[in-house]
Amino acid sequence: MIRARGLEKRFGAKRALQGVTFELDPAATLLVTGPNGSGKTTLLRLLAGLAAPTRGQLEVDVERAELGYLGHEPLVYADLTALENLDLYGRLYRVPERRERTGMLLERFGLWEARNDRVASYSRGMTQRLALCRVLLHEPRLLILDEPFTALDEAGSELLDRELAALVGERTIVLSTHEPARVEKLATTVLALS
Amino acid sequence: MSGYVADVVALARKDLRLELRARDTLPAMLLFVLSALAVFHFALPVGAGDDAAYGLLWVALVFTALLGLARAWAPERAGGVLDGLVLAPCDRSAIWLGKTIATLGFLVAAEIVALPAFALLFAPLDATAVAGVVLANVGICAVGSLLAAMAASSRARELILPLLFLPLSIPLVVGGVGSSISPEGGKYLAFLGLYDAVFAILSWASFEYVVTE
Repeated sequence: MIRARGLEKRFGAKRALQGVTFELDPAATLLVTGPNGSGKTTLLRLLAGLAAPTRGQLEVDVERAELGYLGHEPLVYADLTALENLDLYGRLYRVPERRERTGMLLERFGLWEARNDRVASYSRGMTQRLALCRVLLHEPRLLILDEPFTALDEAGSELLDRELAALVGERTIVLSTHEPARVEKLATTVLALS
Repeated sequence: MSGYVADVVALARKDLRLELRARDTLPAMLLFVLSALAVFHFALPVGAGDDAAYGLLWVALVFTALLGLARAWAPERAGGVLDGLVLAPCDRSAIWLGKTIATLGFLVAAEIVALPAFALLFAPLDATAVAGVVLANVGICAVGSLLAAMAASSRARELILPLLFLPLSIPLVVGGVGSSISPEGGKYLAFLGLYDAVFAILSWASFEYVVTE
């Protein structure tokens, strides 16, 4: 599913990532760990196709429609409601039975009551839950999750634990986290960046 | 409705909805264009003639458009949404076209107020002049949406957008003023149409490279 050889990424003179090599089979789960500034986010952006490597080879065998990316930002419009945001993404991703799927995800992530509120009025945790709904909306084959537990309260984190546990083995998952203990039992491969 | 058109409609409708809700752009454009026309009305010497007034109309329109373009990608910048749109499986040019149509809508709305105000304060506008405005709008929004997307990813976007946009708007001003004052206004309309066609195609084709590495 993913083959990376000698990946390097530079931003001007600054080297954000160097010599990253790994392979990932379909249905594998890769946990990316490392201290702040080790290049976790850069690597995940490379895998998502949001940035290009300066050097090295990267092959990701999925179409854009099969990729779900959760970054540091929620990638949703603050002045739209949760329903409107998911409806827009559902249209762009050609999600079949878009309304039913949107409603089901909002219910599952505890946002149904707030579905008609603008995202600007959400707490950070609610926004992160909505971002997770967005990522899962089109049932991607490859999930790239950058610090998915950020801003989630304990209930939200447990909910995400359950979601991930259900997806492991069925989808390819790449995730970075500062809490490796939380997810390392799910990981088939661990990549420690330094 | 084909997938591409459906994407463009969804994206443009989203921009109109955001504007109706936040009212960030259109009121500012309206206020600016009316203020500019009022200032020009008092700045223009008595007996300066209609030709000078038509020139000032185009100054007001170009800078009003610039105001709208500077805000065009603000909602996407705020939540990193442009990354989300770029990752979506739609043709990336649909993102540009949706934004161009929405920006065009705001500019036309501002002009619906500005052109009668100009006629009231300065001189009447004939059909050729109005056609010039309509054609120039297309070029302004097509090129401007692309340049605004380029500028949006930069920290100095407030500086970069005018620096990129104003030189490229010169042919539009030439065509627009020509269509307003020249007895051969049709030639200038053809020139504006050609500009629109060339730059709309270039912007449509190059947008993908602007928003990806």
